[in-house]
Amino acid sequence: MAATAPAPRAAVRVRPKDPWPRRTVDWLVKNLFSSWFNTLLTLVSLWVIYFTVTRVWRWATETAVWAVIPANFQLFLVGVYPRDQLWRFHVILGVFAVLTALSVAAALNRDFGRKAMRWLVTPWLLFLPGSMFLLWGLPGSETLPHVQTSSWGGLTLTLVLAAVGIAGSLPIGILLALGRRSSLPVISVFSTFFIETVRGTPLVAIIFMAHLMVPIFLPGVTIDRVIRAMIGLTLFTSAYMAENVRGGLQSIPKGQYEAAQALGMSPALTMILVILPQALRSVLPSIVGQFISLFKDTSLVAIIGLMDLLGIARSITANPAWAGLQAETFLFIAIIYWIFCFALSYGSRRLERMLGLERPS
Amino acid sequence: MLVLVLLLIMSAVSSAQTLDRVRERGRLICGANNALLGFGYVDSDGNWSGFDVDFCRAIAAAVLGDANAVEFVALSAAARQPALQTGEVDVLIRNTTATLIRETDWTANFVPTTFYDGQGFMTRKEYGIETLEDLAGATICVTKGTTTELNLADVLRARGIPFTPIVQEDANTVYDSYEQGRCDAVTSDKSQLAGMRALFANPDDHVILEPTISKEPLGPAVRHGDDQWFDIVSWVVNAVFYAEEVGITSENIDTYTTDNPEIQRFLGLQGDLGEKLGLDNQWVYRIIKQVGNYGEIWDRNLAQLGIPRGLNAQWTDGGLIYARPFR
Repeated sequence: MAATAPAPRAAVRVRPKDPWPRRTVDWLVKNLFSSWFNTLLTLVSLWVIYFTVTRVWRWATETAVWAVIPANFQLFLVGVYPRDQLWRFHVILGVFAVLTALSVAAALNRDFGRKAMRWLVTPWLLFLPGSMFLLWGLPGSETLPHVQTSSWGGLTLTLVLAAVGIAGSLPIGILLALGRRSSLPVISVFSTFFIETVRGTPLVAIIFMAHLMVPIFLPGVTIDRVIRAMIGLTLFTSAYMAENVRGGLQSIPKGQYEAAQALGMSPALTMILVILPQALRSVLPSIVGQFISLFKDTSLVAIIGLMDLLGIARSITANPAWAGLQAETFLFIAIIYWIFCFALSYGSRRLERMLGLERPS
Repeated sequence: MLVLVLLLIMSAVSSAQTLDRVRERGRLICGANNALLGFGYVDSDGNWSGFDVDFCRAIAAAVLGDANAVEFVALSAAARQPALQTGEVDVLIRNTTATLIRETDWTANFVPTTFYDGQGFMTRKEYGIETLEDLAGATICVTKGTTTELNLADVLRARGIPFTPIVQEDANTVYDSYEQGRCDAVTSDKSQLAGMRALFANPDDHVILEPTISKEPLGPAVRHGDDQWFDIVSWVVNAVFYAEEVGITSENIDTYTTDNPEIQRFLGLQGDLGEKLGLDNQWVYRIIKQVGNYGEIWDRNLAQLGIPRGLNAQWTDGGLIYARPFR
């Protein structure tokens, strides 16, 4: 026993840290210059990055005329909404800010968070119809005059279209998904037919149909153009939503149904209390993905003449005072779209973590 | 549900007279373009502006007394016909060329042309080119597969002017090539040339030639079947033309005096021309005071783009803008 000498200490001891230049060089050699081919790739990539960045930087700082953005900021936000009625927009914005702040606070606080969340559900559900009503006004009223939807525009219209699409497509999508799995042939055939027809048609075509065909089929009846676009967007997204939800439904093992049945639950209760909550949780990422894509798809209404964020940008570049500033204008709205999409995706990741969906990877 | 739809249809059809409907509503619904340089756009304060837009405002000033009593409906090119046919808009003023098929198939009536567009040429100012003959031997950029390309060949060959066409797929490429000096001239509709020139780095180095080699008469259109409304829109356009012809502007209309009986009738100082249209006799005063005459509308919207008056000059200056007599 005594012959077995203890392992030499030096082997266990941590190697002294290299000075940082050495570490950096090691890292560079290992990751970027490990072979002649990788070296070549690195150099070419560096050159491309340098070339692009300097070009863009020079354009952004020297050539670009950024004055077009502040001068038209209000247009980007609200379009041609009557300027003396802008307080309504400010009220909506204020309520939204307060609700968001409360929700974030509730989400961050572990003690009373859950309870507070429950209290916040009702205001959030009322927020969209309330905002729509405020924007719309009361026909014939002096203090809150009706504002035609043709005057709705800018980011506001984009958000209204997206919010209505999201709020409408989720329930319709769930119903369609359940309908497709229904044992009643009429319902399941109708749901399948609807889903497959819509999924087989480009969104542009659907928006054009809603825009052009409705007036031709219903002569003399004028359905509001914004509402037509909302219906088109909502139905389109519903079909995709239905397939997302169906994916979730399929992931629920049969045992869950049987267990619920054994507890004496009716099929409807089983669906509402047991199956759907789990199904929706499991497909939350793809549902949010659908919302993000809907948000960007709203820009297609610009081609039927609605003045959403993209439509108003096109209009601004048709103003002789700002002619030729397409690049600046479209870059700006691209950034706005990105901010909202990123916020949606960040929010959904937080939500997933709260619901315990995130798996360590 | 069906009954409700039928009721809606009946209520919509029963009110056939556009003038009454516009008055009852208190605003004119005008089909417009929301993104055409100089012709239709929204300015930084959220007001609809532009050459076509001003004609919407002129009609509203005449009919409702307020140039701002207009609801603008932005229409895509494809949506123009259904919007007009189904009564979604009272009048369509959206850079629309008056043609036989549009008057018949669209069941639309076009009032006098407000803008004679047509194919023209743009060259560099330094070349000193003024006429089509000066283009002899030039290379000319043109978009592929358009009537523009056909017109170019037809017109220049008929005149025996030799040229080299450079044909490209896409309009943007055409203007890029021209700006980079790969061709001496570029051809397209004049309003487009002017718009594109405004995007160039040095717009002042380029000039749009006076000659026009194709016909694109753009003007307001109304539905078939309401002659009174057609008359009103037509005579609003005539009034805007005539005010420029006789030199009445929004600036001088309050102090303008004349012994000319036609101008007195025009301004409603004599006779009952406005009442004959179903309006009142102050209609012209309101149009000119609130919107201005043709020259003012032009200067406000198109002059800064450098579009030459050309065919759109008054007939007294050799153009086609020709008001019918106010009597």
